[in-house]
Amino acid sequence: MSTPAGPPNGTNPAGALAAREARLAWRLMLPALVVLAFVAVVPLGATVWESLHRHDLRLPWTGRPFVGLANYVTAAADTRVRTALGHTLGFTAVSVALELVLGLALALGLDALARGRGLARVVVLLPWALPTVVAALVWRFMFDSESGIVNAIAASVAPALAIDWLAHPWAAWVPVVLGDVWKTTPFVALLLLAGLQAIDASLYEAARLDGASAWRRFAHITLPLLRPAIVVALIFRTLDAFRVFDLVYVLTGGGPGTATEVLSLTAFTALLQDLRFGYGSALSVIVFAVSFGLALVYVRAIGARTGR
Amino acid sequence: MRPGHVARYGAIAILIALWAFPLAWMVVASLTPEARLFGGAAVGPASAAGAAGTGAAGGAGVVWTPDLAHYRALFTERQFWLPVRNSLVVAGATTLFAVLVGTPCAYALARLRFRGRGLVGAAILAVSMFPQIAVVSPLFLMLRGVGLIDTYPGLVLPYLTFAMPLTVWLLAGFFRDLPSDLEDAARLDGAGRIRAAVQVMLPLAAPAIATTAILTFLYAWNEFLFALSFTLGPDRQTVPVAIALFRGQYQVPWGQVLAAAVVASVPVTVVVLAFQRRIVRGLTSGAVKG
Amino acid sequence: MAAIALERLTKIFENGGRRGGGEARGTTAVEALDLTIADGERLVLVGPSGSGKSTVLRMIAGLEGPTSGRIRIDDRDVTAVPPEQRDLAMVFQSYALYPHKSVRQNLSFGLETRRVPRDEIVRRVAETAAALGLDGLLDRRPAALSGGQRQRVALGRAIVRDPRAFLFDEPLSNLDPRLRGDARAELLRLHARLGTTMVYVTHDQEEAMTLGQRIAVMRDGRLAQVAPPMTLYREPADTFVAGFIGSPPMNLIEGRLLGIPAATAGIRPQDVGLTTPADGVIAGRVEVIEPVGHVQTVHVAADDVRLVAVVAADQPVAPGDAVGS
Repeated sequence: MSTPAGPPNGTNPAGALAAREARLAWRLMLPALVVLAFVAVVPLGATVWESLHRHDLRLPWTGRPFVGLANYVTAAADTRVRTALGHTLGFTAVSVALELVLGLALALGLDALARGRGLARVVVLLPWALPTVVAALVWRFMFDSESGIVNAIAASVAPALAIDWLAHPWAAWVPVVLGDVWKTTPFVALLLLAGLQAIDASLYEAARLDGASAWRRFAHITLPLLRPAIVVALIFRTLDAFRVFDLVYVLTGGGPGTATEVLSLTAFTALLQDLRFGYGSALSVIVFAVSFGLALVYVRAIGARTGR
Repeated sequence: MRPGHVARYGAIAILIALWAFPLAWMVVASLTPEARLFGGAAVGPASAAGAAGTGAAGGAGVVWTPDLAHYRALFTERQFWLPVRNSLVVAGATTLFAVLVGTPCAYALARLRFRGRGLVGAAILAVSMFPQIAVVSPLFLMLRGVGLIDTYPGLVLPYLTFAMPLTVWLLAGFFRDLPSDLEDAARLDGAGRIRAAVQVMLPLAAPAIATTAILTFLYAWNEFLFALSFTLGPDRQTVPVAIALFRGQYQVPWGQVLAAAVVASVPVTVVVLAFQRRIVRGLTSGAVKG
Repeated sequence: MAAIALERLTKIFENGGRRGGGEARGTTAVEALDLTIADGERLVLVGPSGSGKSTVLRMIAGLEGPTSGRIRIDDRDVTAVPPEQRDLAMVFQSYALYPHKSVRQNLSFGLETRRVPRDEIVRRVAETAAALGLDGLLDRRPAALSGGQRQRVALGRAIVRDPRAFLFDEPLSNLDPRLRGDARAELLRLHARLGTTMVYVTHDQEEAMTLGQRIAVMRDGRLAQVAPPMTLYREPADTFVAGFIGSPPMNLIEGRLLGIPAATAGIRPQDVGLTTPADGVIAGRVEVIEPVGHVQTVHVAADDVRLVAVVAADQPVAPGDAVGS
């Protein structure tokens, strides 16, 4: 019926099909890989290269001399950078910890809901889906010293707490952390919920027949089987929290002063306000290097789990 | 219901209410005249139920009625339709481009066998983990070099740094789940690889592609750092940047800011309401499968 | 119609892509397999799971490329020909019906890709549908069909193409046992009518016995024996084939118990009789009895060996009885 092409007059025909498949694969991937190279890989390399130069756009006549690791040496000695790094790590640790605990509670709650799960899911999904800028503004508004509802409540309950939150170097962290927790806990919860629903229900039935209490079922079935999902959520969130920018930029602007400044914000300021491109690039590389270290841990954890 | 159930439902209800409150409060405040917003600071949480119509921001006893003044001011005085248009154009173009270019790549990654597949996958995953700040400086210099600062392409191109890995990664996950027998059957039916992919796999993957497009659109709509760095003024600013830079002369014009925040949230909310199941699946499948 | 020849066919799967590159260490699924399938023959590939039988079928189809070796269809080397150009049809275990297409579109898709004229497609789809009793179902989607109907559509999709050979990959294992017998008979009728070469993969030895003119028994990627069913049954090449073909499995007894040193004797349970301990060659005790209906399967434990006997249902035995066999 059809007149297929004859065998290629090549050498060994075995492996020809595999070779054809591989060629097709590379052809299909080429456009995407080219785009990625141009918008991600090349720029990243350029950032690293830029970080080895002194390049100040405000002083164009100074040119762009190669300075080796001088920018990194400066950064290491810069107290503003050190403080920002400390802020970033502290913020990451506190908010991720809160998000995991609350996310697990939320996931268990949603899992136990027999009805209304759809509505509940929409409610928790919304903060995650909204622009971070919106979340930041909402929390800034709630903690506003004059028109904020937090102080309105505080005034009638505990007047001592009715302070100007955003003007206080420590208190300003409260809306930042709460905003992050509010916005990203849903992500953790939904991830863990998917993990919960993947656990075979018959395991719980078997444990019941074995006389295990609710607490023992949680500790011996839920937690161990949920571990992979918890690990994924933990690392995803850690990575994300470490490079936090939008939330802090809009909520406190890093202030008062630099009391809530995080590393990405320091880098952004150096780059696009001070126009010190060499130095700002070095700070960007530091953010990247720490993230990349965390990402490696992540890839390894995933790899170990799927046996790849 | 047993007491245990009541307690559990109660706890969940409280948690959900806590989560819903900031948004409800945002909507209520955006519909409240500025004078009351500032004057009547003594507002109880009861007005969270303000949507019900009572317990007003202005104080007890006054009936709260929604007031659209902030929204009118937003669009007439502030020309807020400009950033909305910019965001729609940029997020739409990013999504379209990322899905068009990403789909064949995801298909190859998920369903074809070739040497180096693991490496390509890992590289794409790695790119998706790039902190945006790490590429801001060269992108700025590159875009400035070719005159694309403060233009639509000057935003769409940078957006591909996160949109491409996202679409490829999500779609590859979905493609992997499609039964390979169908593709094999199509090939024995005389369809070549491409034809089998287009006529059999693509229709089956349509919902997955839609999900991916939705998520990509959301990420692009919400993006802030690139839009802040690569635009110069209201002509090309996107919604998040416009809101963030919204400053009054002496104090924050909260009413309008919140109205703008609500506007920024509308498309997101519509999408979430319409596609919540799919979003959750896409969101978790990308992460759970790794 | 076509004869198929496999020459030194080998397939090594690279181990799950761990760190690309490096030496090609992998799992050998099929090793240096030689097999010729005659034009119009019904050949069954049978073996336990993991024996490589499906891989062989998929290599014939072109869905897997061999690591080395050749495949010929009617003396033409097709090793490098992609599946869409081999003109074979395959029935999958999952049926692999296109869920977004109606039954009619499922049947016609293969003809459309081959650019068969429109009116001929209509005629052939109608013929096939009539032959398989699918007339009333043509506008339904696969999701609206029963398991048996889906199986027939899958079969129809293969037949309508009038391919050079049919490949079957466990096509009946998702059917419930009642329908399986009917489907087997249907396949035999079909073969009698069309006379097209059929290669049939199954793990079920009973299905192999009923469907194969010849049976190729596979084990660990190699052919253990290729022979007509009754030859396999009566003269198995080795203890693996002996144990695999026939139900319950053949009794394999070390030769020294029967006075034949350094050998293993095989006796079909159907050939084992039960008498009094004194009359039998081996004496033992009845452990378990499984009544099947017309026969019963009796498990006997002797000093050094366990025996299974299939005896008439009316023979009086009870657990604990001392018996000879």
